[in-house]
Order: sequence, then structure tokens, then C-alpha cells
Amino acid sequence: MVSANTELAYNSKIEGDVIVSRADAVINWIRTNSMWPMPMGLACCAIELMATAASRFDIARFGAEVMRFSPRQADVMIVAGTVTYKMASALRRIYDQMPDPKWVIAMGACASTGGMYRSYAVLQGVDRIVPVDVYVSGCPPRPEALLDALIKLQEKVRREPALTRLHTA
Amino acid sequence: MTAADVTTALKEKFPQITDRPSLDWPAFDIAPADVLAGLKFLRDDGGYDMLADITAIDDGTDKSPRFTVVWHLLSTTTHNYVRVAAACANDAEPVMPSATGLWPAADWHERETYDMFGITFTGHPDLRRILMWDGYPYFPLRKEFPLAGIETELPDVEVAAETKAKVRPAPMMGGPFVTSSGEFGLGEAEPKAKDESWTERREKPE
Repeated sequence: MVSANTELAYNSKIEGDVIVSRADAVINWIRTNSMWPMPMGLACCAIELMATAASRFDIARFGAEVMRFSPRQADVMIVAGTVTYKMASALRRIYDQMPDPKWVIAMGACASTGGMYRSYAVLQGVDRIVPVDVYVSGCPPRPEALLDALIKLQEKVRREPALTRLHTA
Repeated sequence: MTAADVTTALKEKFPQITDRPSLDWPAFDIAPADVLAGLKFLRDDGGYDMLADITAIDDGTDKSPRFTVVWHLLSTTTHNYVRVAAACANDAEPVMPSATGLWPAADWHERETYDMFGITFTGHPDLRRILMWDGYPYFPLRKEFPLAGIETELPDVEVAAETKAKVRPAPMMGGPFVTSSGEFGLGEAEPKAKDESWTERREKPE
């Protein structure tokens, strides 16, 4: 867990039991290690999302087992499945209801680019309506791939200045 | 009753029924006025107690009659299917009686047929679109509707204003992606564009 923001100075004889660090490091550490997903499980990728949350692949190792279906209590929205134009409105509304800071993982081919459905009814990529941080390829992606995406998102969060996420578009 | 008995009984009761060319199960062409009576006869006397599907066929703008509604019935006791087809009288505003009085399952099948083809079912309790959203201006499975779609507005006005996104035609990039059957290796059989000479980044070679 090496990142540029972490600076620790700890000498218990001088400081006692006080750890001095940077605010960015602490805030981002808190954010990355308890990132509660809002599972926007729309289609088959949702089954792989459930498998990732189950015991064999265990997303709980990363602090993300608390799948909050209420957007008010979630940090990251994992769009798992095909987004139709009819569903796109509801998806954007749920994204708007999530409090900042929030991130989006586009899981699978359908969420990233519309997948194999090049048709009149399917939104060609969820990044048309919400800003996406990590894309996962696969149809469906293996649970390890989704965990890799979560790790990449954690690294991305650790790199960014913590206080700019208070008001995002 | 065996399938052959049902066929003869049906033709006795409705003499105008004709056979429809079919590769698998018995199929009949019926007039729209006799549809409900014919389906009811098949359900009650023929033993075809389950409605498996309602769909439609669009033969294109230069054929008349244009729309044909097809019912697939299944007999759960004898495991036989039968197909009943009726052509809609009016090409511009196709109408057909609704089978919801006979099977409640007809409800959503008829909503889908209305959504995709624009065929109105009289007597339907709640005929509105089921797959596309309520204000969608086109009927997607008609022959003149392109596979990629036509540009329209998003159904939700607030979301459309906020994201500035529209319903855009999907990038087709050289034709629909079809698989070639009869190939053994997955490399040859995987779905490919019909015309692979160009993509969105690479121009078509002259």
C-alpha cells in the first residue's frame, strides 16, 4: 500500500501515542477501505457481482461487502448489466441521489460500451449519462476482474486530493 | 384427441380455415372475425390449454395484407403445439381482437406485439408499450425501422437536460453482427460484421 500521499512520522518517545500524517492520506485511506457499493445490478453481470460478494471471492476483504441498495448510503455505484434507454433515466436519478464523494464502476461490456447489443433500445455505454471511473471488460467479467477494478479504483482514490470530491458534477 | 382429430374437428367447425405451410407443427390461417372462436375451440375442445406465444409478422410495405398475427398454443397433456395465424385487414392501422378473455397470459404478449409492430388489440385491458417507453414515436420491428435505431430524445426530460444525452443510433460499423453456422472452430463461428473492411477508425478501402 504505497502511495505518494502517505507521510508518517511516528516516534513514540517524542510524540507519545500521536501519529502525524497528512489529511489527504488519512481521508483517502478511510474512503478506500470502506467503499460501500450501490449495486446497480441490471442483468447477468449482477450474478457475477453476487459471486464476488460471496465467500469464494469475498469482496468483504476490501471493505465493500455492505451492498447498500439505498443510494443515500453508498459510495460507489457498480453498474452491472445492460442499460436500456428506458432504465437510463432511473439510473441517472439514482446516481444523483448518491452523496459526494461518489465513484462509478462500469462492469462488463454492456455497461462500458453497450456490449453486443448494438440496437435501438440499449444505451451504448453508461458513460453517456454518468461519469465512469473504472471500466471492466468481460461478458461477464470474472469476479477476480471486478476485484481488480475495485483495487484500481482504490489506487485512483488514494492518488487524488481528498477535499476536491466534496462537490462533483 | 390426437392432433389429427383436432385438425378435422376444427376444419368442420370453421370451414374457411386453410392450412399454413409449416415445417414443424400444424398451422392454420384464419380470418380475424373467427380468431376468438377458433382459439376458444382449440382451448376447450382441442385440449390446447396453454398460450405459448403471440407475435406478428411484418411482410413489408409493398405486400398486402402487411401484418399477420400468430398465436402459438401448447397442449400440456399431449405435448403438441399448434400455430394459428390471422392477417390484419387494415395495413395502415392494424387491429386484432384480444385473447385476454381466453388466457390472461395474452396480456403482456399483446402489449409486446403492440409495442414492436403497432397492432392494436381491441378489448385489451391496458394496451401500452412494454419494452420501449410510453412516448416512443416508432415501432421498432417494422420493416422500415433500421436495426441501429433512430435518434430521439431520452424519455425523462430532466435527465435529458442534465446529461445532454440522446437516444442515438447504435454504431453499426459494417453491418449487423451475425454468426456463421456450420463452422467448427469458435474463431470462424463467432459473430462478425458482414463487411469487415471498415470500422469507425479505419476508412473503407477503395
